[in-house]
Amino acid sequence: MGSLFILLLLLLFVAAATPVAHWLGVDPYETDLLSQYAPPSPEHPLGTDDAGRDELVRLMLGGQISLLVGVLSTLVGTVIGLTIGVVSGYFGKRLDAVLMRFTDGMIALPLLPLLIVLGALDLTKLGFSAQFAHSGAAGFWRVVVIVALVDWTGIARLTRAATLALRERDYVRAARVSGGRAGYIMTAHILPNVATPLIVAVTLTVGRVILFESVLSFLGFGIVAPTPSWGNMLNNAQELVTTAPALAIYPGLLIFVTVIAVNFLGDGLQHAFDPRSER
Amino acid sequence: MTLVALDNIGVKFPVGRRTLTAVDNVSLHLAPGETVGLVGESGSGKSTLGNVVAGLQRPTTGAMRFRGKPMDTATTKAAHKEIQIVFQDPFGALDPRMPVSAIIAEPLLIQRIGSRADRAGRAAELVEQVGLPRDALNRYPHEFSGGQRQRIAIARALAPDPALIVADEPLSALDVSIQSQILNLMRSLQQARGLAYLFISHDLAVVNHLADRVAVLYLGRLVEVAPRAEIFAMPSHPYTVALLEAVPRIGRRHRRAVGIHGEMPSPLDPPPGCVFHTRCPKVQAICRAEEPRLEPAPGRPAQSAACHFKS
Amino acid sequence: MKRFLLARTGQAALVLLVMSFVIYSLIGLMPGDPIDIMIASNPGATPEVVAHLRAIYGLDQPIVLRYAHWLFAALHGDFGYSRTHSQPVMVVLLPALWQTCKLMLTSFILSVALAFLLGVLAALKPGGILDAIVSLFAFAGISVPVFWLALVFILIFAVTLHALPASGISTVGDGGFVDQARHLILPVTTLALANTGQFTRFVRAAMIETLRMDHVRTARAKGAGEGRIVLIHALRNAMIPVVTVMALSFGGLFSGALITETMFAQPGMGKMIYDAILGNDFNLALTGLLFATLVTLISNLLADLAYGWLDPRISL
Repeated sequence: MGSLFILLLLLLFVAAATPVAHWLGVDPYETDLLSQYAPPSPEHPLGTDDAGRDELVRLMLGGQISLLVGVLSTLVGTVIGLTIGVVSGYFGKRLDAVLMRFTDGMIALPLLPLLIVLGALDLTKLGFSAQFAHSGAAGFWRVVVIVALVDWTGIARLTRAATLALRERDYVRAARVSGGRAGYIMTAHILPNVATPLIVAVTLTVGRVILFESVLSFLGFGIVAPTPSWGNMLNNAQELVTTAPALAIYPGLLIFVTVIAVNFLGDGLQHAFDPRSER
Repeated sequence: MTLVALDNIGVKFPVGRRTLTAVDNVSLHLAPGETVGLVGESGSGKSTLGNVVAGLQRPTTGAMRFRGKPMDTATTKAAHKEIQIVFQDPFGALDPRMPVSAIIAEPLLIQRIGSRADRAGRAAELVEQVGLPRDALNRYPHEFSGGQRQRIAIARALAPDPALIVADEPLSALDVSIQSQILNLMRSLQQARGLAYLFISHDLAVVNHLADRVAVLYLGRLVEVAPRAEIFAMPSHPYTVALLEAVPRIGRRHRRAVGIHGEMPSPLDPPPGCVFHTRCPKVQAICRAEEPRLEPAPGRPAQSAACHFKS
Repeated sequence: MKRFLLARTGQAALVLLVMSFVIYSLIGLMPGDPIDIMIASNPGATPEVVAHLRAIYGLDQPIVLRYAHWLFAALHGDFGYSRTHSQPVMVVLLPALWQTCKLMLTSFILSVALAFLLGVLAALKPGGILDAIVSLFAFAGISVPVFWLALVFILIFAVTLHALPASGISTVGDGGFVDQARHLILPVTTLALANTGQFTRFVRAAMIETLRMDHVRTARAKGAGEGRIVLIHALRNAMIPVVTVMALSFGGLFSGALITETMFAQPGMGKMIYDAILGNDFNLALTGLLFATLVTLISNLLADLAYGWLDPRISL
């Protein structure tokens, strides 16, 4: 439960961005090259970054983006994985074989290089307007979608296995005798009963997704400036290491703490749901 | 008019490169309000036949008719409402994540019968009819005992006011004291509603309490079918004889069981001729060569058996 | 066994083929194409010239046709020219592949060794202090952003302590074995630590499970020494699932290798692919990605084989 407490603290931290910016009287987007890398001061409790912006407020704002990407991307990935898993497990046979080969194929791919390619795609070539393609919103949604596209396989496999077991339960068969169709049975009986093991997998996915976002943004293929994210705040890390080492530490430390808390939470849930699993 | 008629039903499953014949060429009918007891050992195909009637299993050969009509889209739809099922294991038959009210009303929800309030009212009615307190409605399956769960499963089956309930070993998982309670409940519900039962059981004593007619399955074949009184008084097929002798009965000395020797052969590899010949005390050469047909026993037109030497 | 091997190889080949098409199409969707880059350095190009150039390079043809051409050439060993290196792709790629293999193999061996040590220690007394410390370490390994870990190492060992070089594979003018090894220390440690967490959890879980098994309890009842029980009876059985999972994740090391190479300026596959994508070097990016997929597929195949070989109950 300690991990839950830490996560709550982190949520409070990122939610405080606007009030804190207001209180300190700083604009986290306004560059001020005269006060580059300023040391900590009452106005800037953690100093300023390479563009003279307040580091503390940018960490809070960046956290909002990183956490939001983590949650949204996991949500999208869960929907993909759930759909493929339930359909594969319920209908079985050919469809199952095809979908599972597809899933195996996905698992065999080197994820990060693939993510980089997807992150480098020119959205205008996919039919989006140039205005949208270069907006901050496009950068945000692009990360959400591409990370979801590569990280649904675990959930699909888990759901499939659970569905295979559930579809032969007597209550599912009774519903079929009463005329329940596949769609009804999946939503009324299978999804609610898959929920428990799924919660654990989803929690662990959030942690992984936050890591993916950070590395993509760090490499320049994710969230792009001026929108801050914990990943892209380390963009010029090589330079930071020598000029302002503290700035190279903060964002990564926050990612690290967030992900480790999420992972501990997932582990705790696992043991709570399945007391037989070793502890 | 018959409610359900099975015409030459066969069910085969591929197992690797071989074929498992679960049900072979079975013809049987059920009249409205009638209880047919379907008996046999495990592996005899009785549950598979029950699944065919309930619509869970498509027959490989032969066909089923419902109220005289073939199972086209419209008839299947009617059957979804008129035929319900009750299973053996009361612990697996109820969705652990649904409250009892939702479980009982589920067939109505699926059939889109009535408003939400109508369905809730119907669930409340049914829960009392099966002898459970009204406050059971908002509770979850894990809060109930096996017998209570079986009552819930019966209430669920009754919800759309069906004409037939397929009861697949509904008592086998219950304590003996509970068994008679459920049996009595099923009988009183039948009398009140004119229900028909296809009552699947390996326990002839239970069947004797409830059934109007009894059908005996062996290795997927129907070996004997007869009114209850006849079959218990004078079984015609040697297999039925053996089954009856295995039933302990009060007031009867425990005789040396003639019994059945050996194991039932694998349905993957049924013996030629009469399928029972490997274990039959009356076996002759003809039994190994020629499969007997299901025909009335001499002088007893209502009682049919598939045996070259029926008594 | 032979049939299984054939089936899996066929499957892997199919995945590779499908992936080559997917990557080919994706690369075509990246900003700029070869012609754009040519005319960027030649502002005098008219639209007619551009159209002519596109026709010459076949860029006006449908993607399937262009892919078929590429595939045909690739199957004959011709992966084209690298734009940024002005050399055939293979000439650029092979040294990078070797560099990456060195990095991946050394860090893989290091993390496997560490994982077995820590996992077994933790499993000796589940719930004990040692177990808690190892678990914390394992969770940290799973949760740490690799690029940040690299950053911290650079900060500590290169910038502050000046103990180790932060980038490159050798010092100009030296390049001896010791010098090269010194350059590998930080990248290998970073990559190894990032994987040790997951591996340690595998070992610990498998060990706890086997230590509970009947044959281990029998050995204990017979009075076998604790060290013998752990090493001979439990570890041997715990090896099977663990080795498989580890082998399966060998391919996954590639993502970590990409980050590590980028951070420490190691001229390996990961950095090469990254630079190729940044520099619009399509042929190099495409071939690099395919080789990365190939490495993953081969390691998965080997893992399957290892599983069948280690566990006599699985007959392939």
